[in-house]
Amino acid sequence: MYDVCIIGAGVTGCAIARELSRYRASVCVVERCEDVCCGTSKANSAIVHAGYDAANGSLMARLNVKGNAMMGALAQELDFPFLRNGSLVTCLREADIPGLEALLDRGRKNGVTGLRILSREEAHAVEPNLSDAVAAALYAPSGGIVCPFLLTIALAENAAVNGVTFRFDTNVKEIRRENGQYILETGQGQIKSRLVVNAAGVYADVFHNMVSEDKIHITPRRGEYCLLDRSAGGHVRHTIFTLPTERGKGVLVTPTVHGNLLTGPTATDITDREGTDTTRAGLDEVMEKAAQAVRDIPFRETITSFSGLRAHEDGHDFIIGEPADAPGFFDAAGIESPGLTAAPAIGVMVADLLRDRLRLQKNDSFRARRKGILRPADLCVEDRNELIRKHPAYGTIVCRCESVTEGEIIDAIRRPVGARSLDGVKRRTRAGMGRCQSDFCSPRVMEILARELGIPMEAVTKCGGASRVVGKRMEKGGQEGTAS
Amino acid sequence: MEKKELTCIGCPIGCTVTVTMRGGSITGITGNTCPRGRRYAEKEVTSPTRVVTSTVCVKGGDRALVSVKTAQDIPKDTIFACMRAINGIVAEAPVQIGDVLLENVAGTGTAVVATGAVRRRRD
Amino acid sequence: MKAYDYDIVVIGGGPAGLAAAVAARDAGAGDILILERDREPGGILNQCIHNGFGLHTFREELTGPEYAARFIAMVRERHITCLTETMVTDIDRDKTVTAVNRTQGVFRIRACAVVLAMGCRERARGALHIPGYRPAGIFSAGTAQRLVNMEGYLPGREVVILGSGDIGLIMARRMTLEGAKVKVVAELLPYSGGLKRNIVQCLDDFGIPLKLSHTVVAIRGRERVEGVTLAQVDAAGKPVPGTEEDYACDTLLLSVGLIPENELTRGMGVEMDAVTAGPAVNESLETNLPGVFACGNVLHVHDLVDYVSEEAACAGRNAAIFAEKRRIGEIADSGPQGVASGCEPETVLVPGPGVRYTVPQRIRTERMGERLTVRFRAGAVYRDAYIGVYCNEERVIHRRKPVIAPGEMETIILEKRLLTAYSNLQQITITIEEA
Repeated sequence: MYDVCIIGAGVTGCAIARELSRYRASVCVVERCEDVCCGTSKANSAIVHAGYDAANGSLMARLNVKGNAMMGALAQELDFPFLRNGSLVTCLREADIPGLEALLDRGRKNGVTGLRILSREEAHAVEPNLSDAVAAALYAPSGGIVCPFLLTIALAENAAVNGVTFRFDTNVKEIRRENGQYILETGQGQIKSRLVVNAAGVYADVFHNMVSEDKIHITPRRGEYCLLDRSAGGHVRHTIFTLPTERGKGVLVTPTVHGNLLTGPTATDITDREGTDTTRAGLDEVMEKAAQAVRDIPFRETITSFSGLRAHEDGHDFIIGEPADAPGFFDAAGIESPGLTAAPAIGVMVADLLRDRLRLQKNDSFRARRKGILRPADLCVEDRNELIRKHPAYGTIVCRCESVTEGEIIDAIRRPVGARSLDGVKRRTRAGMGRCQSDFCSPRVMEILARELGIPMEAVTKCGGASRVVGKRMEKGGQEGTAS
Repeated sequence: MEKKELTCIGCPIGCTVTVTMRGGSITGITGNTCPRGRRYAEKEVTSPTRVVTSTVCVKGGDRALVSVKTAQDIPKDTIFACMRAINGIVAEAPVQIGDVLLENVAGTGTAVVATGAVRRRRD
Repeated sequence: MKAYDYDIVVIGGGPAGLAAAVAARDAGAGDILILERDREPGGILNQCIHNGFGLHTFREELTGPEYAARFIAMVRERHITCLTETMVTDIDRDKTVTAVNRTQGVFRIRACAVVLAMGCRERARGALHIPGYRPAGIFSAGTAQRLVNMEGYLPGREVVILGSGDIGLIMARRMTLEGAKVKVVAELLPYSGGLKRNIVQCLDDFGIPLKLSHTVVAIRGRERVEGVTLAQVDAAGKPVPGTEEDYACDTLLLSVGLIPENELTRGMGVEMDAVTAGPAVNESLETNLPGVFACGNVLHVHDLVDYVSEEAACAGRNAAIFAEKRRIGEIADSGPQGVASGCEPETVLVPGPGVRYTVPQRIRTERMGERLTVRFRAGAVYRDAYIGVYCNEERVIHRRKPVIAPGEMETIILEKRLLTAYSNLQQITITIEEA
């Protein structure tokens, strides 16, 4: 039996697990996919929001501003890429400037510092590729960008090193409370736990409603994006938003921490919690709206498009805490934007609740620091050559678009909560994330995965489950395999 | 009188060749720009043939497969019989380009030869 | 100390790099080094196990590995060094090449001349904006070819192919022979970009339908591909509503175009041609940086390896000449900024109506040989049309061709005496003129 079982290994679940690993408790994270960061956490804008958006006094506003303030130190501690590049909320008509002022006022009340309104000239001076229509902009210096994969993976690895168990490919089907403890029926057998944390993203209402009569309702809100090549990454320096008006909500244009250019998202409410397909209309909308605030976006350089689901709760605020009729069940539900920003703060808040409930003692062997995957490209030539002498795998470049070596891929597989699929390797190392979109490196990465995991090539998946990449070895010489 | 239109595959130009036939025999060939086109058209309407290329399993090599071809073109209707025979071959490393891996594949009178080299595995 | 480590460094050991190195040696170049990222030289030829290579070069029909082996043998006979499993990560404007491998780590080589021969890669799904899910089972035709022919794995059993480029056509046959069912090949354009004989031998032979003016409008399946929807497209390439057809399949192969792999070239600041996506070159296949030459698919995408070899030999010879001139001091060290060859008069080659691009893009008439091969591609399919060549405004060549298609590269030979007859030759225009 566990003290705490966390459902969902997204950024919220992993942040809670990591904060909880500061205390002496047996903690398990259950995840239906083969890896961490497979749902909402992997397909979003990758923005660390300043905190002017959320309604004054909301939990969202408080945790956004707190999470934003925590992100810099956390990035140092856990070694993931984070950049405070600042954001600009642009308005396209003089008449909308009062809207910017209202946003500024709301931001100040939320505790966001450094906000100011830039005139047309000032805005174009700091961001030359703004469209001529931009009439003014709200500048938020504390806005930033982060790698959502590496943030989530860093939290998970650190939690694992500090004693948290991760159980993947484990789908929770039923939760019930018996004799003061929770029993989770999963596809991989029963899990018993004193407390349960519900960090299940777009499924959080399903689990909440299994144990509480105070029902909540989450709508999967689909957002489609286009990701452009690194050759386009310098098109803007700041994250560019457009002020929502009565004429609609715009899409953002932002550099990513890895130097790509990202545009999106659309916002379409759907019913399918797995509806991460893109649509022609959606991608057209992204391209059209992105061009409103930023000119000459080189969409020819698009390397991929994707869509993600926000877990939109009807009340549009985070739901964190224990329902009155389900003692020991803690929600972290309705975690939509700015959920990624707020995750570190949500982690602390939920861990504090659990600590107080279980009267947990400090974990004296807690290690706060984690080192990311060593990137030889970041080393000076002498150090890099020393590394290659010791580990020749760092001398073989497997992914040529992103210059990822075999050594990094092996590290990604072998480290705690390691990669088990092509996408797992991609999120940890960027192998396959570049302009050829894994075309060149995927057979090589498959070989390395098969070798490191001790599985046949045909068992290697793109992203777990039935996503196998190749069939059985072809029957040659009659001695391998059987007729299919 | 019967007309058959073919695309010559003798070279990348891909001439459209028209063959007129009467009672199973060729009465005219037009559209070709070289004698190869005429020969191709004659053959294609009477006894079409193809070179088959594939791979063969290799034992004890530094690679598990070697590429192969039929040494000459074989009747088009024996392609799949030929593939079955090729998939039954087991070659032993080392393999050199031109090594005959199977004589008289699928009764065509043509050999299957290696088009790549495989070294013996060092272990 | 010598100012450089090698007379010529060839980037890439595929068909272009091998042929360039051989020709450079035969033209007298001393130290030549080929840098190849794969385990063996030969490049993409090693996975092209089908036949049809070498008719022009060797007067016989070879498979890809056999064609590569002949050039590898020529390289070995000439004692040219080829470093495999070595990735070039950077080339400076002063022709210092940075590379990395397992045994030497990161190392730098100073080259007198550089031949760019990095080849091309396939266009990925992202650039096409194909909507739908992102499951396993979507491959470029080239990756499928590698998996089947080199690794021995069939990517899937029921296949739809988008794009009728040659690799896609070849893979339609290859997967059929290995027991897969290829249901259809869809092509966005109203004509195929592949060679005629591949359509005959790879599709017609096996009864695989080719649907022109069609594209994929949806991909189904969340983990593995379960099906795709094709639709007809209008003249602007937009899907026509109501023409959708569903195909159940577990695999989608993409053969939707090749992109010259010019990241290193751009990094050097070489002047590029927006149409070919390769460097702009002169009659010597030299870029705007003196001593930096380009050939093969990195320069512009070819259909036939024989022409790659021919073009690469030209680049190799000119690199050898450059290195020799530099050695005897006829060419001064151009310095780190690599100033353009000087103020020699250049004639610009202009793609006229019907022509998408030409290679080379400019000619120094006094530097050209007696005959110069100019390669170009048409923008559409023409029947019974003429290739016209204009010196300034005057038509000097008017050659009839029964068929001209974008999928098949055209060549025209320019004779030096024809061009030197003009005292002030500003531009040469190549056009396609309908009868």
